[in-house]
Formats: sequence, structure tokens, C-alpha cells
Amino acid sequence: MKTTSIMFVGVGGQGTLLASRIVGHVLLEQGFDTKVSEVHGMSQRGGSVTTYVKYGDKVHSPIVDTGEADYIVGFEQMEAARWLPYLAKGGKMLINTQKLPPMPVITGATQYNQDIVGKIESAGVGVVSLDALELAEKAGSPRSVNVVMMGSLSRELGFEEKLWIEAIRACSPPVALECNLKAFEFGRNSITV
Amino acid sequence: MPKKSLMLGNHAIARGLYEAGVTVVSSYPGTPSTEITFATAQYKDVMHAEWSPNEKVSCEVAVGASVAGARSFTGMKHVGLNVASDPLYTFSYSGVGGGLVIAIADDPGMHSSQNEQDSRRHAIASKCLMLEPADSRECLEFTKKAYDLSEEYDVPVLIRLSTRISHSQGIVELNERVERKLPDYKKDAAKFVMMPAFARGRRVVVDERERKLAEYAEVTPLNVIEDNNSDIGIICAGTTYQYSKEALGDKANYLKLGMVNPLPTELIKKFAEKVKTLYIAEEMDPIIEQHCKAIGLEVKGKEVFPRIGEYSQSIIRKAVSGESFESNDFCEPITVRPPVMCAGCSHRGLFYVLGKLGVMVNGDIGCYTLGATPPLSAMDTCICMGAGVSALHGFNIARRRSGEEPGKTPAIGIVGDSTFVHSGITGLINIVYNQSNSVVIIADNSITGMTGGQNTPANGRDIYGNSAPSIDLELMCKACGVNRVTVINPGDIEECERIIRQELEAGEASVIIARKPCSLLKTFEKKPPLQVTPEKCTGCKICLKICCPALSFTDKKATVNQTLCVGCGVCSKACKFGAFTGGKNS
Ligand SMILES: Cc1ncc(C[n+]2csc(CCOP(=O)(O)OP(=O)(O)O)c2C)c(N)n1
Repeated sequence: MKTTSIMFVGVGGQGTLLASRIVGHVLLEQGFDTKVSEVHGMSQRGGSVTTYVKYGDKVHSPIVDTGEADYIVGFEQMEAARWLPYLAKGGKMLINTQKLPPMPVITGATQYNQDIVGKIESAGVGVVSLDALELAEKAGSPRSVNVVMMGSLSRELGFEEKLWIEAIRACSPPVALECNLKAFEFGRNSITV
Repeated sequence: MPKKSLMLGNHAIARGLYEAGVTVVSSYPGTPSTEITFATAQYKDVMHAEWSPNEKVSCEVAVGASVAGARSFTGMKHVGLNVASDPLYTFSYSGVGGGLVIAIADDPGMHSSQNEQDSRRHAIASKCLMLEPADSRECLEFTKKAYDLSEEYDVPVLIRLSTRISHSQGIVELNERVERKLPDYKKDAAKFVMMPAFARGRRVVVDERERKLAEYAEVTPLNVIEDNNSDIGIICAGTTYQYSKEALGDKANYLKLGMVNPLPTELIKKFAEKVKTLYIAEEMDPIIEQHCKAIGLEVKGKEVFPRIGEYSQSIIRKAVSGESFESNDFCEPITVRPPVMCAGCSHRGLFYVLGKLGVMVNGDIGCYTLGATPPLSAMDTCICMGAGVSALHGFNIARRRSGEEPGKTPAIGIVGDSTFVHSGITGLINIVYNQSNSVVIIADNSITGMTGGQNTPANGRDIYGNSAPSIDLELMCKACGVNRVTVINPGDIEECERIIRQELEAGEASVIIARKPCSLLKTFEKKPPLQVTPEKCTGCKICLKICCPALSFTDKKATVNQTLCVGCGVCSKACKFGAFTGGKNS
């Protein structure tokens, strides 16, 4: 089986690490060779963060390179646009429409790009966009945006729903579990907005 | 069947330590190595783990444990080995008691480091054996193997990691721990007392050991040839093996080196004979390449691969086969997203004031280094841990001895609490002893923040989170001979400004302890988020100068992100019009 490559891109503090652990858990249960690569340290201080998830019969490189990602899960619009070159031809983007302006935008040195989702679509890329923040708040906490996005991704990857739920149970801190389970459900059942 | 688990390379090393029967682990944090030691804390029933003040101390703790006959470990980032190299280079002569393994995590591409040094240089210089795993499974296996080799060849063994190996999860197989019986202690001065007479004897032993290790390099199962009947041969190790395999699959022959010091000679020659073009894929320095050239081989190395930064499968693919993948570009430029101090960060107020005062800031490494970027822009130097204190002395002495009038170029040193304990104390002693009258700020947020929040000898908690004796920073500074020690709240920018001005004018050695807990601590008390009264906001944007991720402007008025704001109130102090209400300091 060919290796599937996924990227999670977002802003430090958005919980891409937990998201990658959830998927990693599902993939291990499925018996795939799996690699999940994350960068800690400096980038967690509100910087741009990327996590790579790869699975198949045998995975070599832990990283995803330009033109290789089958899916890019963008936790934030500008980050989705930033990593577009990493998407493979025919790949798909799942985008949380939330906007988190970086410091140069906040200070007015530059502007936040307009209509990012539209521009990505007009580059001929398949996009699923959703307001994960709203769904996360509905689930009980804005911090569960990451799990909403996993709900959306679960539609794309297939695998039994119960495996995802087990993974969320295994990876969530007890206080966040109930909210995360709801967030997953909302993400999974959301339709393109 | 052994249990399988998906583990970070770093966690797999920790598991390897557990299975190898290691007893003592002592380290100082450093990205990307930190999780190894943190993860050993889970095995506390059978292993001792600790955060020590710096890498030299932790290496010496591991050395002492080895002399005691136990298997011991220390892990660090690449620059940590500079600090620990003194004990390493000499203990290499002694050889070990119980096996001693040191993991060193390199950071090609400098994801979170101040330089891109190649730790293989230290292995060569210290004449130690060095292994390089290529995934989590090998992290675990090689760690266990490292202890056997350390004891068999009487040598400290280094394990070279890199960001991608340390921070990638891969599948590992878990086995049981093998307990070792601690031998009775036997004194052996000729082996462990490295004074000239004994060291000369050991120097000869080390020479013989190098010869034996070179022989072992030719036959070790850690070095593997994969013959795919190709014209192209690739010599690689660690990450570059994975990148090459992904790029070229079975279209190349591979010599994967699991042991990177010493390097084999005959094995490489044998591998070279069967291919037409021989590539050397190695990140950072051309060490294998130079070795190959020295043994008379024609190879392609840094002439086709980059000298700088991380490699990837596409870099290898492009250099070897000329192919590259198509990709889409976003139609517009996208602004960079630099990391910033967190909302509620204790360093924010302090750096706002330093920027405002425009003093020369002799900086150091930690979260507070983020004070160097705009709009704070309040740092002039950052070199290595401790230099924030010591280099300030040199700066001040140089200006004074060159005849500059006092006060013309006010300069201040800044160092974090963990960094102060790591290597700031000695610099402070020098300031007092050699009388530069310098002013040092200790940015004390009660934690090692930058590396993810490890406890320190000055915050009253050990690696397990249990309460521990704590050094008293005020008393410590006084004991170093500093008479002026002031504690301030860095969130109170008026107080900050007043005290910094006052101490700069004092003409005497001075320490200002800017004390406020890190906002990521579990014990941090969040306050309700601040609110903006739009009628009072004049749109002057002064508040943006504090560089808070929770603040932005909509319709020419300041707005506070209600999810991110933790109510620290620094913005309300910066605002001259009282537009912010709520929060801690109002
Ligand atoms: C020799 C060395 N060891 C470790 C590191 C990694 N490192 C960078 S800053 C830092 C400590 C930061 O803690 P602190 O001084 O308390 O400042 P904070 O980040 O909490 O503001 C560490 C461990 C390093 N750069 N150099």
C-alpha cells in the first residue's frame, strides 16, 4: 500500500500535538507502519507549527515535503495558505475558517490575506471548510478546535468511528474528555460551510 | 508477542534505558533532547532521574554513577555537550565502571537552537564510540546495545540524535527490564585518577581501544549494506537513510551507518567497488565525505547536497535523479508568523520597559529572548547560556577602560532563573570580584520555560513534581558579594522603570530579580480578561508595543481576545487613557 501523508498546520497552542496523537493511535490500532513527526520548542510560542502523519506498509521519512501531502488539515486560514505548496496534486485541504492574526498583522505592518479559502479553491484544490471554533465552543470549549478537525478528517480517512472514539479516550486529559467527544461528533457531522 | 507502541524517538531512548537496567539518569533540559529524561521519571521505582543545574554537572553525575558500578545516562542538546565536554574528554581516558551512555540531540535547521554544530566532531575529539539511530525502533535497540558496547570496550558511548529522530513517533517493541547486580566497589586509581602519570598510561590504552573500535566498525551489525544491484551507492546515517530510501527506494544501494564514530574503511571500500557513483548523504559537516576522500575514494557529497540546514527526501531526489514533484503556490505572499511571548507572559512588562529606556541589553537564552523581536526589540546580544551575565562585564569594562564617561552607554544584563543557576552565578561572581559595577536582571518565572516547563533548583520542585529544597536567589546573589539586590514585579511597568533607572545610576554591582510566575504554570492564577472602553481608546496603538497576542485592532480601536487574555493587565498599564478595565493591576 502506498504511503498516505497528512499535515496538520496551525498556530502554536492550537493543539496540533494532541490531534496527531489521536490519529497516531488510530493508525497503530489499524496495524499500519506509522510515523508522526512534530517540532517542539520555539515554535510552540504562538509561531507557525506543522505536524506530519504518515502511514502505509512501510514509512521511511518522517517528514512530508513539497507536493507530497494527501491531506492538509489547516487549523487556521493563513497557515493553510502558507503550506499549500506541500499539497500533492489531487490532494485535499480541510480548513478551519478561524483567523489568528500574526504579530506583524496586529501591529499593522502587513495585512491578513483576504478570501483565503476562495483563492485556494480557485487554484483547483479540493477544500472542505468549517468553522471549527464555533463547533468547539458549542461542544464546551474553544480549546477543542483540534478535536473538531479530527472529526472532519475522520470522514476522509475512513476507519471505524469507534476506533477514533477509543483514541480520543486514550489521548484526552480526563477533564477534557466529554467535551472532546462532542467536538469530534460535531466535526464529523459538519457539512461544508 | 512483545507489546507494540507508537513512541517518540526520545521516549524510545528512555524505554531503552529502562530495559537496559540503567539506574541513574541526570540531565539538563535542551530541545530536542528534553523528553528523554522527563520520560525516565515514569520508571521511578527502579531508576533515579533528576534535573541538574547544567550539563557539566549532569555528565559528572553520570560519571560518578558509572564509577560506582551502575549503568548511567545523561542526555542533552548539541550545545550542551560543549558544556559537558570537559568531563567527557577525560573520562574517555578512564573508561567506564558501569556502562555510560550520553545522548546528544543535534538540531540541523536550527528549529530551536542558536547554532547548527555537528556533535560527531565531539565524538572524534573525545575518542568515544558514537551510534546514530534512524527511527524510534532503533533508538530503543541502539540504547541497549550502547550499554553492552560501553562495557565491552570500556568507553563512554554517545548516541547522536537529531530533531527529526527525537521528535518523530514510530513503532517500537517493548521488552522487560534486565536488572543488573551492582558489583562491590573496588578502588582503581590508575584508571580513575587522571593526573599526568596515570593519564599517560591511559592514553596508550585509549589508542589501543581506538584500534579495536575501528576493527569493530568493519564488522558490526549496526552498519548495514542493502544491495539493490544499482549503479548508484549512497552512504547515509540516521535521518539521511530515511530520506534517501523514501526518495530512491530500491533504485540505489545503501550503506547505512549505525555506528558513526569510528568509521569503517574496508566496508566502505567494498561497498564503493560495486557502484559507479557514490553519494554521501549527511546533514551538516562532511565528516563521512572527508573520511572517504582520505581513503582514496571518489565521492559526491557537499558538491551536490546542501552544506546548511536540514535535508529531506526531495533534496536527495533532486540531487541524485534530478526529479522533483509539482506543487501549487498560494497566489499571494503570506506574512511570517514569528513566535511571541504568551499572553500573560511574565517577561512582557520588563521588555516593554527595556525597549522604552533604550539601554543596551546584554541578552541570554530562554523565552525572554523573544524580547529581541519587534515590536519589543529590546535585546542586543544572545550567544550562549550564561553570557548574559559574563559578557555584560566585558562590555562595561571595555567602554570604561576606553575612557567613556559613566552613564553614556547604559547597559544591562538579563538572564532567566534556570539560566542563572546553569551558568550565570559564576559570571556574577566575576562582576563583583573584578568590579564592573554591572546591573543584572534575573527574569525569574519559577520555571525553565523555553524547553517546556521543567522544574529548577530555585523553584522548590524536583523532576517528579515533589517538593525539594530550593536555593534562595536573593541570598545567593548576596553571598556572591552583591549588596544591592531588589525584587520587582515585572508586570508593574512603572516600578520596573523606576528601579532599573535607579540601579543603573547606583554605580555598584546590582541584581534586580524580576519575579512573576510563567503563565503556562498549572498554578498560575488567571484573572478575568480585560475589556476596552471604546470611547476612551484614542487608537494611538501604544498598547501594541507590548507585543501581546491577545491584543489587536478592529475599527481603529483596541480589542482584547477574550479566550487568550489571562488578565495580567500590562496593557492597561501601558495605556495612557485608561481604556482598559479589569485585570490584575487595575
Ligand atoms: C548549553 C545549553 N543547554 C541548554 C539549552 C537549552 N535552553 C535554552 S534556554 C534554556 C533555559 C530557559 O530557562 P530560563 O532561563 O528559566 O528562562 P525562561 O525560558 O523560563 O524564560 C534552556 C534549557 C541551551 N541553549 N544551551
